[in-house]
Amino acid sequence: MTNTALDYLSVLFILSNFALLASSRLGLCINAVTVQGVVLAIIPLLHEFEHLQIASILLCVVTLAIKGYAFPRLLRAAISRAKVRREVEPLIGYSTSLLIGLAMLVFAFWLQSRLPLTHGGEGILLPAAFFGILAGFFITIARRKALTQILGYLALENGIFAFGAASLSEHPWLLEMGILLDVFVAVLIMGVALFHISQEFDHIDADRLASLRDPVGES
Amino acid sequence: MVSILLLALPFVAALVALALPERLGHVRRGMLPAVAVIHLGLAIRLWLGPDSLHGLRPWLGADALGLLFLTLTSGLFLPASFYALGDMRRYAEKRAAAGISERMYVVGLFAFLLSMSAVCLAQDMGLLWVAVEATTLATAPLIYFRKSPGALEATWKYLLVCSVGIALALLGTFILAAAASEVGQVTLRVRGLAAIALDMNGNLLKAAFIFLLVGYGAKMGLAPMHTWLPDAHSESPSPVSALLSGTLLNGAFLAILRGADIMQSAGLDDFSNGLLRLFGLFSMGVAGAFILGQRDFKRLLAYSSVEHMGILAFGAGLGGAGLFAALLHAVNHTFAKGCLFFTAGNIMFRYHAKSTLTVTGVRRAMPLNGALWLAGFVAICGLPPFGLFFSEFTVLAEAFADARYGEAALYLLFLAVVFIGMLGVFLGMLRGEPPPLEEGSESSAMALPALLSLTVVLVLGLGVPEFLGDKLMEAAYIVDNGFTSMPGIKP
Repeated sequence: MTNTALDYLSVLFILSNFALLASSRLGLCINAVTVQGVVLAIIPLLHEFEHLQIASILLCVVTLAIKGYAFPRLLRAAISRAKVRREVEPLIGYSTSLLIGLAMLVFAFWLQSRLPLTHGGEGILLPAAFFGILAGFFITIARRKALTQILGYLALENGIFAFGAASLSEHPWLLEMGILLDVFVAVLIMGVALFHISQEFDHIDADRLASLRDPVGES
Repeated sequence: MVSILLLALPFVAALVALALPERLGHVRRGMLPAVAVIHLGLAIRLWLGPDSLHGLRPWLGADALGLLFLTLTSGLFLPASFYALGDMRRYAEKRAAAGISERMYVVGLFAFLLSMSAVCLAQDMGLLWVAVEATTLATAPLIYFRKSPGALEATWKYLLVCSVGIALALLGTFILAAAASEVGQVTLRVRGLAAIALDMNGNLLKAAFIFLLVGYGAKMGLAPMHTWLPDAHSESPSPVSALLSGTLLNGAFLAILRGADIMQSAGLDDFSNGLLRLFGLFSMGVAGAFILGQRDFKRLLAYSSVEHMGILAFGAGLGGAGLFAALLHAVNHTFAKGCLFFTAGNIMFRYHAKSTLTVTGVRRAMPLNGALWLAGFVAICGLPPFGLFFSEFTVLAEAFADARYGEAALYLLFLAVVFIGMLGVFLGMLRGEPPPLEEGSESSAMALPALLSLTVVLVLGLGVPEFLGDKLMEAAYIVDNGFTSMPGIKP
């Protein structure tokens, strides 16, 4: 039963990444990343369904609090302050992004078949994780808005977490807390920087932040 | 116990600095050099004898490699803290007028010291990752300190490039853990992984190392992931630039060396060393290209750091004596770059400019800093009598000894390109008539941190002291077990 549940969650994880790739509405993108956070909070519990430990429950609660509650709140506050709702004219268009996403998904399944990992072998969580990593990386470079870049970074980080959940069953929870804390502070600082960017420049287009460069070509 | 104090001290200092009210600002400033002196004292204590760690042994520990980089961090933090003290004083009015609070600056510096100490003491690849990511977060407010649009842009690029980069290093770390659990072990400890490295799947290890190298390489400033570095260095206050260049990049190098250690234990050092040499030479070449025609002298110093990180990676990729030379070069580079950034800060304060077109006649307008700028140039380009000459030469000699003539030729070519590029800029700044400047003279107290750093590089150029030579060999042996002794160092 846990395996079926794991597969459903993995599919949800994949779909949320497709939503990120295909949508221009920042609100929807934030929801997609929230769904990923909730999925990641539940997966470790499924692994040890029969013998739950306090540490795992604590980790689940902290993950839910950070990825399911704090991040979406923070990001929503950022879009309302910066007064942006949509990512207009991304560097790579949405239909192209979707096609590239499909190719990445195929690649992720192929990669799993090639990797000598027996632990994450069953189920589709491992390819879902690879897909998440690729999609997150792609979104950070293919979008203009600084906020979408944060979302891409989060999707990448979620993919890596999913990889951890798939291939490592007994990891020290203290370490995961440390990683979670780092990511939390990173997003917090990025949020603050984003706020300053929107105040300073009247926009949050990261590709227009290009005043610092080398004097190449002029002599 | 000492290791724990090394972490507890900056942690408590950061909390106190955060809590102090604004009217006690002078106390907060004064904490900087006080904490720096105690931290260096604790680091020196670790050189004298082993440390009891109680239950923390698996996570923390000061082996020769970590201790070396810890001492570099402490050793540069000391002059940097005195410099920062003077820097805050001379910019106090201007910053108060702009509404910039020093609180986050001092807190950030302590947080940086804390996270760097953790990087150096970490004996667990997971903890190492947490600590390296923490250094990114601690330095972001420092880069944004001046609150200018340029500083904001630099901070954003830094946060994004380094966070995404380090996320890849996390993937590498997880792959390492997965490779270990395939052979039935649950561990991320450096020594634990090295012990089972021979049994682990080679392809997984290779994949892990690639992600570690690219991820931590972004933080180290290896090309082509170096894009954040010139912006961040040119926009942050000078003591921060010195710390970024002299210690933060080293921390990422240490993380890569931990990965190289595991690869060597698995017998895959041909693979990892080849990648290190490739990234090293490429970084040197890219740095050379951008140094030619550079008009912002702080950016110039930043690209010089990319070049020197390239030398470190190339030297480490040669293994054996090359690795020894790379570690010695890290020591030299830390203090030489410290001297240059401290002096650059003084020049900027006098000229209110970073452009090499505006800044001329430094020799006349600021005789002391002019002399330091010239000496720093001689040192950073690897000319005798400074320490970088010996370490760069040893890397070259090792490349020849390994019969890597093509790589040695490229190495020499890139060094020459950088030398020519820097020569033009440095001479142009020193010579000629200074532009009309405000009344005033250079402060000799503000030249002291640079002088102190330069003295270290000079002493190392005259001869590597035995205690340091031994420690460097011990550190090189940790990464490369095939390394036995370094000819010419120990009689």
